[in-house]
Amino acid sequence: MSTPKATDFGGRALDFVMGIVEAPINGFERLMGRKRMPYLFLAPNLILFGIFTFLPIAIAVGYAFTGGTGLFVSERPFVGFDNFRQLLQCEDYLRPGSCRESLFWTAVWNTLWFVGFNVAATLLVALVTALILNRAMAARGFFRAMFFYPVLLSPVVIGLIWKWFLDRNGLLNAFLQMLGVPPEIFLLDVGWSRFFVVVVSVWFHMGFYTLILLAGLQAIPKDLYEAASIDAASPRRTLFRITLPLLGPNLLVVLILLMIRSVQIFDEAWVLTNGGGPGTANSFIVQYIYQMAFGSDLRLFGLASAASVLMGLVLLALTLIQLRLGRKMES
Amino acid sequence: MSQGLSPIAFLTRTRRPGRIGVTDILSWAWLILGTIAVLIPVVWAGLSSFKPAAEITRFPPTLLPRAAVQQTVPGFDAPLSLWTVDVDGQPREMAMVRRIGLKAQMVDPSNPGPPVSVDVKSMSPVQRLTIATENYTDPLTRFDFLTFLKNSVFVTFVATLLTLVVNALAAFALSKYRFRGEKAIFVLIISTLMIPLTVVMVPAYLVVVGVGLVDSLWGIIIPTIASPTGVFLLRQYMLTIPDELIEAARVDAASEFRIFWRIVLPLTAPALAVLAIFSVLWRWNDFLWPLIVLSSRENFTLQVGLNAFQGEFSVQWNYILAMTFLSLAPVTVVFLFLQKYITTGIAGTGMK
Repeated sequence: MSTPKATDFGGRALDFVMGIVEAPINGFERLMGRKRMPYLFLAPNLILFGIFTFLPIAIAVGYAFTGGTGLFVSERPFVGFDNFRQLLQCEDYLRPGSCRESLFWTAVWNTLWFVGFNVAATLLVALVTALILNRAMAARGFFRAMFFYPVLLSPVVIGLIWKWFLDRNGLLNAFLQMLGVPPEIFLLDVGWSRFFVVVVSVWFHMGFYTLILLAGLQAIPKDLYEAASIDAASPRRTLFRITLPLLGPNLLVVLILLMIRSVQIFDEAWVLTNGGGPGTANSFIVQYIYQMAFGSDLRLFGLASAASVLMGLVLLALTLIQLRLGRKMES
Repeated sequence: MSQGLSPIAFLTRTRRPGRIGVTDILSWAWLILGTIAVLIPVVWAGLSSFKPAAEITRFPPTLLPRAAVQQTVPGFDAPLSLWTVDVDGQPREMAMVRRIGLKAQMVDPSNPGPPVSVDVKSMSPVQRLTIATENYTDPLTRFDFLTFLKNSVFVTFVATLLTLVVNALAAFALSKYRFRGEKAIFVLIISTLMIPLTVVMVPAYLVVVGVGLVDSLWGIIIPTIASPTGVFLLRQYMLTIPDELIEAARVDAASEFRIFWRIVLPLTAPALAVLAIFSVLWRWNDFLWPLIVLSSRENFTLQVGLNAFQGEFSVQWNYILAMTFLSLAPVTVVFLFLQKYITTGIAGTGMK
């Protein structure tokens, strides 16, 4: 095997570093034999996974059954199902005010409403865009890039840009004034702020789902369309008889993926609504967990973990459905 | 696009040549309106970030950054603002000395004589295109913007580098060796794809406190390095590398690590590039996890810093927008150059 010549300084420096790294690893190989090498290669990854993923998962469940304000499990008294009881005790689940943990139920209902509207709106917009982009059109690449651009931006940046756009003195109000509509402080109005959290979310993420659907559309065999055009099928018939049925599995996966991610709404809504405002109109579950655990000096880790576990169960169910569908699609 | 197409034919091309149907018009309208909807908030926030503080909350807003013009007039200490006024039916530019009720006292800036009294109704301010570069320079010097920027660059760079190395090593082991527990380890790693950070963030914080990484940049770097998505992506790619290459190297007495470093890693470059792009975007844009781990200001990343800024300076939109744009610029530049690879990478892997 020939070693590439390192002519530049960077290459030589890299070779030097690798020489130092290589020595002990080769020593291990000589000592333990080639068969044991995969364990060494897996070690850094598994150690990190163990400490920062598996350990927290194990602790999460234990945490949910403890109370007090101590951080470490050993400092925390065992309280059984108290945290879950506190979260789930309710006279009337439709009225968060009647629940023992009214903030939690406000967050649950807000999240459910958000998931419903966000999933429907994003799916519709992404599907229409993907269908249009799938037609042989000029400048398709340009439009695809345009719609996709927001996906890459940071949620904080998106929250700030939209906050400015919706400001009392913002561009939207200026436009409305031109039409003779009185200006509105959108983010201080319960209905408008909820509406715009969905608008911003669709604006932010639809490009991603468009791309997934577009990939699905392009995998549909072209000869099906040729056959349809020979049979003089109307475009509507082609859409409902060929395109949508064949896209069905992709649509389902996108739907589940959208649900999983919508349940976890936090960043952009947090920045846009100043942490869930007005009042608790845009307070969602992740925000509830964050606030119980880190938001104040109360540090209610037990309650926050119990809420996390409940949310985790919902997400797990959704993920299992998605995996099932994914396997069905492959076969 | 195909060659030999005239520009007009290119622009007016439709699905069925020679006919523009209703669906074509609706499609174009959808795409153009969508593009405008994507661009307007971003572009307008960008233009606003160049507006002087006095101009930024003016309603109705102007599109371009403009500001009232001030001029020093001989005989007056402070600079005076310029106004267009009607004098005997002639529009003239004059400087305002003071304003008393509905009358203003004006002087001719080029030839200052005794002030003339003018009705305020006939005046309008003289405005010129002014780019407030101080919105961009002030945060660099007066606030901690440079610290945030430095932290973000450090986290993004180090985390991406370590992510590539650690996950490529694991993917190499899982794709090129047969060993006891191989399947179990692979399933274990992939199963963590199902657990989002939001579910384990409370105990993950406890672990970070336990290992002494709280309020440190390493506390956001280290827990994010081992990525199931990364392992999966790289493993799938490495499976396509022929095993004969590795056998040949073993015949030449190359060590296993040398095979990884000299043969497998260079051949995995396309998959590594995709993972690198994602990792950079994830780390640069990350918010919730740094928000939990970091508590002192000198450790804030850009995103946490920006969020803190808007809480403190809710009125100073000129600074907030300028800093927002400084944090958006690198992502935009990366996107402009790598747009094709990013979109095909995402369409192929289904992740972002």
